[in-house]
Amino acid sequence: MSTTLEGGKIAVSRPRTSMLTRLSESRNGLGLLFMLPAAAFLLCFLTYPLGLGVWLGFTDTSTGRPGVFIGLENYVWLWNDNVFWLSVFNTLLYTFVATVLKFVLGLWLALVLNQHLRFKNFFRAIILLPWVVPTVLSALAFWWIFDSQFSIISFVLMDWGLIERPINFLGDPNLARASVIAANVWRGIPFVAICLLAGLQTIPQSLHEAAALDGAKSWQRFRYVTLPLLTPIIAVVMTFSVLFTFTDFQLIYVLTRGGPVNATHLMATLSFQRAIPGGQLGEGAAIAVAMIPFLLGAILFSFFGLQRRKWQQGGAD
Amino acid sequence: MTFNRRQIMTGAAGLIGTAALGGITMPRRAFAQNAIPTYTPEAGATLRLLRWVPFVKAEEEAWNANTRAFTEATGVEVRIDQESWEDVRPKAAVAANIGSGPDLVMGWFDDVHQYPDKLVDVTELGTALGEAHGGWYPGLEGYARRDDSFIALPLCAIGNAICYRASQVEAAGFSEFPNDTAGFLELCTALQANGTPAGFPHGKAVGDGNNYAHWLLWSHGGRMVDESGAVAINSPETLAAIEYARALYATFIPGTESWLDINNNRAFLAGQCSLVANGVSLYYAARNDPAMQEIADDIRTTTLPVGPVGESVELHQTSTLAIFNHTPYPEAAKAYLAFMYEADNMNAWIEGASAYCCQPLRAYESNPVWTSSPIHEPYSKASASLRPNGWPGPLGYASAAVMADYVLVDMFAEAVTGQRTPEDAIANAERRINRYYRV
Repeated sequence: MSTTLEGGKIAVSRPRTSMLTRLSESRNGLGLLFMLPAAAFLLCFLTYPLGLGVWLGFTDTSTGRPGVFIGLENYVWLWNDNVFWLSVFNTLLYTFVATVLKFVLGLWLALVLNQHLRFKNFFRAIILLPWVVPTVLSALAFWWIFDSQFSIISFVLMDWGLIERPINFLGDPNLARASVIAANVWRGIPFVAICLLAGLQTIPQSLHEAAALDGAKSWQRFRYVTLPLLTPIIAVVMTFSVLFTFTDFQLIYVLTRGGPVNATHLMATLSFQRAIPGGQLGEGAAIAVAMIPFLLGAILFSFFGLQRRKWQQGGAD
Repeated sequence: MTFNRRQIMTGAAGLIGTAALGGITMPRRAFAQNAIPTYTPEAGATLRLLRWVPFVKAEEEAWNANTRAFTEATGVEVRIDQESWEDVRPKAAVAANIGSGPDLVMGWFDDVHQYPDKLVDVTELGTALGEAHGGWYPGLEGYARRDDSFIALPLCAIGNAICYRASQVEAAGFSEFPNDTAGFLELCTALQANGTPAGFPHGKAVGDGNNYAHWLLWSHGGRMVDESGAVAINSPETLAAIEYARALYATFIPGTESWLDINNNRAFLAGQCSLVANGVSLYYAARNDPAMQEIADDIRTTTLPVGPVGESVELHQTSTLAIFNHTPYPEAAKAYLAFMYEADNMNAWIEGASAYCCQPLRAYESNPVWTSSPIHEPYSKASASLRPNGWPGPLGYASAAVMADYVLVDMFAEAVTGQRTPEDAIANAERRINRYYRV
């Protein structure tokens, strides 16, 4: 670098470097460069479709026909549409009941599998089966199990003389809800159980031993040692579990298509029914967008709630 | 002037005889197609047809054989893409609107009315075919016409008919099948009392559920909208239809609220149910299974009963053939259609479909498939009893969306299961229909 005096002004000249070179020498610039592919990916495949979906919800687009902006009309219609509200109720009920059951049963299964059992690895492997079977296949199996004429459950109970006629699993609104929830729980338990099992194995044995020496009973050890240490992983697992359950589609589509009389229609299946076979893309998108606040709520709750240290340690705010 | 296959064959035989005797040369085409315009395919033309996945193998073979014959005669290659039947609608709509993809589409119901301005006008061909083959059935023609022009050619109705067990109906005290709704209710009541109930789907069965719901409504004189598209569901006729549906539902096998399209077949073939409505496929499922010959021998078919309107009215499933105006080869496409509707070719196709597809033109009523088995006979009337979806209103987005959203299916299901009073079920349906027909 050299400094010269020209006509009373100081001019600084430096070796000419290209923009790229300077960027690659800067720590932040390099970081930015490395993030670009990921950012482009996210923009193209997440932000754009999401933005498009939100936009479609404000239009009257049909399949293949560009729509015009109609403001909140889709939402106003949905607000007054009892089928939509029924699907919201169904979705919340489905998510809540199925998630709680999956958590309780999954945790219980994880605790059992964490014991020293014979053939431990074998059991751990087969526990995953419901999760690895393609959803549509297991849904078809449940379709037969819940069939109004050929249900194996009805058949066995009738054979034992406990009931006289087949149980109307998918025909009665409440039984239908219970049936689809049961199928979802069966499918979802392994995910929760295996994740929690992984969490359990990170808890040092020494803590349990120390607690035991201090006279903690089995329940106390679970309550004051296992549970607090497991909370972070519970938060993550349950967040995913809620998201999977809330957006479930295949089970309902195979088992009932939302029937009987929309008693098992979830927001996802209603959105599909109106958008794709019905061609009303705008309205379908609006239903899908209406799911976002619920999903955000679930995520915020688990990330800012369940991960709070005070909560984890059993205290209040 | 109308020709059927036999007449053409006889005519052609006579002609060959005359030609042999007198040395006259006359193209066969001129006879069979006297009024049909001829289309010369563009040089180097190729075509792509988007069609639904065939339900009957012989139907596919006949269609492909006709297509091969067309390629041999004209040199135009035709590629046939098959899509599962629920995917044809969105794919065709997208192709129409982005102006690319298949040249022709074999679509469902009111599909073509969702993009009428994206289709090649086939009025000339449609009119000529109608005149040459005894006329189109009005219901099917309604699906293919917009005002005075043909935007597509009607292809077929997938017939729906009652399939019942003759022995069980007889055991219920009916030597003849009742052909009116009142008698039908009595029959179903007797069947239930005998422990061999009937069953119609009240669940989200795309085909069977909609067929049943529309028959209930129309046979009692109800209508969803009027000619102008104003909602007209709230009527005493609809209420009567619902009351009838409730009475009939009380006689059904339990569980029909959850029935999807396949359930009635299953229950019937397992001998749990004595009477259902279905395509002819149900009969062939039994006939082709050696273990079910007893049931197959016992199956009889008949049209759905006539209600207070005094005529046989049904929805059935309908298919049309349309040419997209983005095709670079519209003449080749028209030539293809003209070829497929030639008497011999159409007859071979209808025969291949073995009563699954009902002819669009009256001349083909005499196709031998309809007399080859008494089981087929009711299905031959599908095109005649067919009414377009949303009858008598205009076809388009609204009519398609109302069906896809199961509005009528839900209305009847809500009322028969007691989830709503009939009046509330009608009011709810009215609100939902209004939404789609609002524009």
